[in-house]
Amino acid sequence: MNMPLLKNDWVIMAIFTVAVLTAPLWLTPVGAGYPDLMQKFAIFGIFAIGFNLLFGLTGYLSFGHAVFLGVGSYTAVWSFKLLTMNVLPAVIFSILLAGVFAVVIGYLSLRRSGIYFSILTLAFAQMSYNLAYSVLTPLTNGETGLQLTMDDPRVLDGPVGQGLPSTQLFGIEMSGYNGFYFCAVMLILGFFISLRIFRSPFGLKLLAIKSNQTRMKYTGFNTRPYLLTAFVISGMYAGLAGSLMAVTDPLAGAERMQWTASGEVVLMTILGGAGTLFGPLFGAGIIKYFENIFSAMNDGRLHEIFAFLPDWLENIVVAITGEFVGEGWHLTLGLLFMIVVIFLPGGVVEGIRRASAYVKGIFQSSGDKDVALSAEKE
Amino acid sequence: MSDDKSKTSELSRRGFIKVGAAALTAANMPMFFVKDAWAAKDFRNNPGNAGSVKFGFNVPQTGAYADEGADELRAYKLAVKHINGEGDGGMLNTMKPLTLKGNGILGKKLEYVTGDTQTKSDAARASAKRMIEKDGVVMITGGSSSGVAVAVQGLCQEMGVIFMAGLTHSNDTTGKDKRRYGFRHFFNAYMSGKALGPVLKEEMGTDRKAYHLTADYTWGWTQEESIKNTTEALGWQTTAAVKTPVGAGDFSQYITPVLNSGADVLILNHYGKDMINSLTQAVQFGLRDKQVNGKNFEIVVPLFSRLMAQGAGENIKGILGTTNWNWSLQDEGSKAFVKSFGQEYGFPPSMAAHTCYVQALLYANAVEQAGTFYPPEVIKTLEGFKFDGMGNGPTEYRAEDHQCFKDVLVVRGNQNPTSQFDLLQVQKIVPRSEVEYDAKIFGGELGPYEV
Amino acid sequence: MDAIFLQILNGLDKGGAYALIALGLTLVFGTLGVVNFAHGALFMLGAFCAITLEKILTISMKVKDESITFFDAYKEQPYLEIWFGDFGTTIIDWSVPISILLAIPVMLLIGLVMERGLIKHFYKRPHAEQILVTFGLAIVLQEIVKSFFGANPIPSPAPEIFSGSAPIGVLLGLGESVVYPWWRLIYLLFSGIIIFAVFAFLQFTTFGMVVRAGMHDRETVGLLGINVEHRFTIVFGIAAVVAGLAGVMYAPILPPDYHMGMDFLVLSFVVVVVGGMGSLGGAVAAGFLLGILQSFASMNEVKAIIPGIDQIIIYLVAVVIILVRPRGLMGRKGVMED
Repeated sequence: MNMPLLKNDWVIMAIFTVAVLTAPLWLTPVGAGYPDLMQKFAIFGIFAIGFNLLFGLTGYLSFGHAVFLGVGSYTAVWSFKLLTMNVLPAVIFSILLAGVFAVVIGYLSLRRSGIYFSILTLAFAQMSYNLAYSVLTPLTNGETGLQLTMDDPRVLDGPVGQGLPSTQLFGIEMSGYNGFYFCAVMLILGFFISLRIFRSPFGLKLLAIKSNQTRMKYTGFNTRPYLLTAFVISGMYAGLAGSLMAVTDPLAGAERMQWTASGEVVLMTILGGAGTLFGPLFGAGIIKYFENIFSAMNDGRLHEIFAFLPDWLENIVVAITGEFVGEGWHLTLGLLFMIVVIFLPGGVVEGIRRASAYVKGIFQSSGDKDVALSAEKE
Repeated sequence: MSDDKSKTSELSRRGFIKVGAAALTAANMPMFFVKDAWAAKDFRNNPGNAGSVKFGFNVPQTGAYADEGADELRAYKLAVKHINGEGDGGMLNTMKPLTLKGNGILGKKLEYVTGDTQTKSDAARASAKRMIEKDGVVMITGGSSSGVAVAVQGLCQEMGVIFMAGLTHSNDTTGKDKRRYGFRHFFNAYMSGKALGPVLKEEMGTDRKAYHLTADYTWGWTQEESIKNTTEALGWQTTAAVKTPVGAGDFSQYITPVLNSGADVLILNHYGKDMINSLTQAVQFGLRDKQVNGKNFEIVVPLFSRLMAQGAGENIKGILGTTNWNWSLQDEGSKAFVKSFGQEYGFPPSMAAHTCYVQALLYANAVEQAGTFYPPEVIKTLEGFKFDGMGNGPTEYRAEDHQCFKDVLVVRGNQNPTSQFDLLQVQKIVPRSEVEYDAKIFGGELGPYEV
Repeated sequence: MDAIFLQILNGLDKGGAYALIALGLTLVFGTLGVVNFAHGALFMLGAFCAITLEKILTISMKVKDESITFFDAYKEQPYLEIWFGDFGTTIIDWSVPISILLAIPVMLLIGLVMERGLIKHFYKRPHAEQILVTFGLAIVLQEIVKSFFGANPIPSPAPEIFSGSAPIGVLLGLGESVVYPWWRLIYLLFSGIIIFAVFAFLQFTTFGMVVRAGMHDRETVGLLGINVEHRFTIVFGIAAVVAGLAGVMYAPILPPDYHMGMDFLVLSFVVVVVGGMGSLGGAVAAGFLLGILQSFASMNEVKAIIPGIDQIIIYLVAVVIILVRPRGLMGRKGVMED
């Protein structure tokens, strides 16, 4: 952890918990304080935290993590269809099944490392995606996605009234803000576990594998079981995230497993800062914010935003910014990746660290400044 | 259920964050405390006494259908203008019966928000949720694929907001996956098959052997099935039906087996990029110059659009297919729409633009006629609504499945285009009576009015 | 029998495209150690060189269609045709092959600028960062193309005389029904020539020798007083040109759109890995192998036995190869296994 103030894990957890639970308050001014996006922040936060446990700690870059997300979603929807609309069994089954998939894929993929490992995971995920989209349609409902229907058995629930039932936790409906708070609690739990893993001897061993696997092996240390454990835990996080996507919105589509979805979580983690506790969360937040808020801007909205400018200037500004929002939001995302990677290789977290070091520097006398900065760099 | 969904009761459960609750309640105050004067009860995103009301235009802005999405958005913006009484009024001048007055909807100014579906179910639903939860839209419309349409329609049913589907051609949208809150103006694969039948018989006879290449997903399958039913009823044989992966790019390995299969018709159940690629490559393999069984080899593309014709270039010439609408139609409604669209943007609208424009108008008109935004009343007004003057002749929104029934166009790639837009030539307008079917054949259930 | 022969041709044709893309990718990886996710974008830019040239050649005099009053409908006649008559028509007809002349300098320039401006700062950075920055670059490039040309594919036909099919069945005594499009045969020939040229260049020139030496042991070559960096820049340019030419010639087969690079990206990485990271011969062999396997997996007879096999064959082969023979078909032992 690179923020010296937050030495105590319990302080970190307390601040984190408060920050997550008050999210509706501080997200509203930036236009992101509505349930669906906040749910997405939490869900992809979990996904990225889990991915970071593998990539950040061991350096193994999985390019097929979305497959566990998809498995989690399909399992959850099937649990809603066959058993009950209660979300707990769905979440549990999703995590378990994603874990089983992770054991199989991990066992095979971890026989190789480096780019070979990446390609293996990518190949498994693409095979799953292609099959789910086409021949496995009876199981996945293909392009349309797996949905609830009126004639699902739902053996544990009584007969439903009119219309499709909603997902619920012992009677509390899981849409809207309730859904967000459920995801938020899961995020806090997930973050706590991730924190414990970072601090544990297990985590240290993983870091050791990252820095020099060969040396670990020469000391007679069998790295494979540790890597597989990390891979499975990471896959279970993805399964949890997938099940939460189904909890807040009971539909599971094959495109969740596409390589672009796997790529997305890689980008989130690196953008935020791989190997840091908070980085993946920042990355997930930034990408989802772009996808939902920037893509929805249109010229009309831009004119409202820049209405304070004189007319001629307003038109110029709107014309220029218009290229980067709405249908141009991909362009902004691409530029952002480049800028962050070129100037801030450690991701957003490094940006924050540098900024705070700079601010500290201002408050100290110029003599101490250099010392402080160099100390920060250590 | 609807009580549970209103934000007040949800907020009261969360005692542990009173501050947030208070702030949010204050922010949302006008939305749910002010009851609509006409409505029997409150509903989601009730505009109440607000002076304006919002539509959500959910179209693909990135990905393979981005051009189609851009055209849909143009049409929607035009519809908003016309509903608000700006511009030349477009189809408001030709639509019958018309309740809209050209002063917005029920006197409220119409505004809109936009979103990107990326032609992905998840992204489309996320975008629709944003529109419902954050922007407070009363209606969502748009889309350029059946997967997205079905996904968003399901969401809208749960949320109690009406969805007016854009371009979606699968039978499922108003069949097995139909919803009370979803409406489709566009035609479907079954109608394409029905409409093509007589023309195929006329052009190619009753003794033909067909070879299908089908995009391997739900829409492809329903179209293959519909076309097969039609052609087999004509007496044609089906030599083979081969599934191709979506986005295959190079289709050569699927086309070469056609050469020696003994088939004399190739039916391409592909859309968008897949269709452009498979058609281009099939023509390269010389299929169109071929003679089989003493007949000219023919290619049929059951679903066409002008944008796809543009991508296929020369290869589209002479190919038969169906469309929902084409800008060269000469009825009053089409002329009025093409004129205002053309004057606004400098080129004619695509069929995606047409169906989206009409959908926006139909919803607005239904609200005006029902006298309320309360969805169950609006739905009841749209169900069984008969109208004319919107480009497809007398049309009816069938109550049983929310599918529009209207004439279907059989078109042919134009051999001698007179201009750069003149790519499709209307071969035959197949009357509505020939494409009608019993709503029961596809199953499905609409679900309740109240959610 | 005919069917199998045709599928082999299909496979070779596909393989030619895969090999050309993978060749540049593995060249860059082998020499510079850079994982270039923007390589697909270079392929796409090549195809758009053809589109751009065609657009330039067909700048037209527009004759307005007076019957339509509310927008500008016009019939176009290219100025080239007006000025030069049939000769102009021929030039336009041949725009795809002619655009090779445009693509070589343009792609070389793009490659050099990319390497000098961006890639060279990433030689020592981790692969993950290389992936991210080149992926970002790929998105930026394709979005720029999209804003100029739209998202819809753009037709770019081959010259008229290549539009039909070659009666190769008659030539080879296999019967009349075996035909294959001329343009695809030309593409196959073209990819063969390019592959040969790249190999010859690396094998028989001093420049190539230094590059190959650099691929083995960069440090030692550097110590010998040879400016390796300078040469690697040129290697990157060559890789860009090869990818671009693959795109140019592929345009008549696959009407280009802004996203076509991404569609080939994953596949080309699989080809590189199956062939062996950094092995040029391996990339070519793997390209043709995967092309042929893909063609056969798509046959009805095969799909009847294993449903959906054509959807996953490429990845299945990749998994088997990596697990059984991690250095790929022709990779050197111990190289790039980490």
